[in-house]
Amino acid sequence: MSEHELGLALFRTLVFIRRFEETVQTLFSRGVVYGSTHLCIGQEAVSVGVCGEVQDKDMVAATYRGHGHSLALGVDPGSLLSELLGRKTGICGGRAGSMNIVDLKHRLLGCFGIVGGSIAAATGAALALKRRGQGVAVAFFGDGAVNQAYFHECLNFAAVNSLPVVFVCENNQYGEFTPMAQVTAGTLLQRPRTFGIESVSADGNDVWEMRKAAKWALGRSRSGSGPTFIEALTYRFSDHGRGDPVKYRPAGEMEAWRTRDPLVLARARLVDKLGVASAAIDATISDVENQLAAVTSTALDAPFPEFGEEASEFKPASERSNAD
Amino acid sequence: MQIEFRQAIRDAIDEEMDRDDRVLLFGEDVAFAGGVFQATRGLYAKYGPGRVFDTPISELALSGVAFGAAVLGLRPVIEIMFGDFLTLAMDSLVNQAAKYWYMSGGQASVPLVVRSAVGAGGRFAAIHSQVPAPWFLAVPGIKIVAPATPSDAKGLLKSAIRDENPVLFLEHKRLYSTKGLVDENDVPIGKAVIARPGRDLSIVTAMKTVHDALQAAEVLSTHNVDAEVIDLRTLRPLDERTILASVSKTGRVVVVEEGPETGGWSAHVLARVAEKGLGELDDAWRITMPDLPIPYSPTLEDSFLPGTDAIVSSVLARLGR
Repeated sequence: MSEHELGLALFRTLVFIRRFEETVQTLFSRGVVYGSTHLCIGQEAVSVGVCGEVQDKDMVAATYRGHGHSLALGVDPGSLLSELLGRKTGICGGRAGSMNIVDLKHRLLGCFGIVGGSIAAATGAALALKRRGQGVAVAFFGDGAVNQAYFHECLNFAAVNSLPVVFVCENNQYGEFTPMAQVTAGTLLQRPRTFGIESVSADGNDVWEMRKAAKWALGRSRSGSGPTFIEALTYRFSDHGRGDPVKYRPAGEMEAWRTRDPLVLARARLVDKLGVASAAIDATISDVENQLAAVTSTALDAPFPEFGEEASEFKPASERSNAD
Repeated sequence: MQIEFRQAIRDAIDEEMDRDDRVLLFGEDVAFAGGVFQATRGLYAKYGPGRVFDTPISELALSGVAFGAAVLGLRPVIEIMFGDFLTLAMDSLVNQAAKYWYMSGGQASVPLVVRSAVGAGGRFAAIHSQVPAPWFLAVPGIKIVAPATPSDAKGLLKSAIRDENPVLFLEHKRLYSTKGLVDENDVPIGKAVIARPGRDLSIVTAMKTVHDALQAAEVLSTHNVDAEVIDLRTLRPLDERTILASVSKTGRVVVVEEGPETGGWSAHVLARVAEKGLGELDDAWRITMPDLPIPYSPTLEDSFLPGTDAIVSSVLARLGR
């Protein structure tokens, strides 16, 4: 793939995630996406940059703000949207919802509804991958997770066992509604470094910078050097989720970050550095919008599941074991 | 040959590790030291650090790691040294491992065994003596196994390791040094056993109190009370059929639980009997511990636990003898 083609492909995925999240917001407002949903608008470049470096044998654990991670891994958008709509055709049959997506075929171990849960899941996956002798596990989590026991216990566990796991902390500056600095002692990168984990800070709004950081980190862990840590500096343009008072951001902060919108940065690079015509970029955007309109329409027509269908507390002994 | 309960545990893990190289064992001091209760001695020497290893004192991490590894096809056996420490592993087990099979739409299950030493009587006080079964009983998706004999410990642990689902495997501390003949047959999860047949009364219990109930039954026989003792062996899924068949025969049931009076598994057993076997019943009650933290001093702890004497006197009083 030429750099030109790659640039357009990355841009397309960024736009796809943005439009997908906007669609979810609309459907949530209409009351057809239920409960709570957490959008990643503004943070798309982290998902796209890192997942672009994920290979066939790798596994990824994501967060409850996980639509971007899922789509960047290649999860079918129709199955994902159907799940959010609670339909039978959803990727988990309507049992999981927005915060708990699992798609093992696309290397998504899960989106974890408990802050920090992804860190343990990926560390465990890394233990299994190390035994297989191939593959790296990736954990996405937010800055809020660095104050959880999961973070401290698992970083230590991964380091002492030299596990092939890449920790990607999406620092969007706020843990729900509370500024990170108010509740987090020291500087973030001091924490993984205390465990002897090689760590880097990267521009989470620049998909090319994220790719570079991910390539280094995954390559390092893949080569047997143990865990690696990336702090992706980014910003959430959307609300945290349902019940967000949206009163905690200082005046001008959002506007300043808007100038560094990952879509704006990616588009500028396409035009300025790669010489892609604006018309080609706009055609990509239209293409995404058309695809999403079709996906949305199909998903909204899908049937709801009926309770009792294949409901089982335990996996029967007769079924095949998990793939090793 | 008679073997100790702890040896039965060790043998079960050994045989399963030998049979299936996806089985791993890890926990605090399980490898080099062989476990604080010596239930994993020799396994590190036999299988090496790739399959048997010591972890940091990080119950949340080691249970969460076991969950992630199990989804990818390994079959981890972890040890949470004391059942009381399961509080620290709760999120990994309750929110991740127990729900994954159902919530993922059946994409993968979590074949994970959590072994844990539980129970009172060792003067360990309230935070090293609990039987945490009720905390997990309210969580669909995790099996709870509670053996009383070396033979069942071995057979059930082998079944637990082969199971496709998370299993909480409770090892009562007062049983580790008990000895018994080991039957080499498999013991299925979810099947109770009649430890002593009788006509007048069903005593339903598990783990250490099975032995107390058997002794009590001998004493009761001198009072012309013929007690049947049911060893549940598994608390979830509950073998309702065996309980109800016994109750329909005897017409009286007492459930003996080493745990607080409120919210225990004995209440669930009695609820099932009431829902499905009420017509057969002349009497039904429970013998438990008071709703208090388990005390340390021998005189306090001994009067606190539901032992043989408590069972005998409760039954005789209830029967008006």
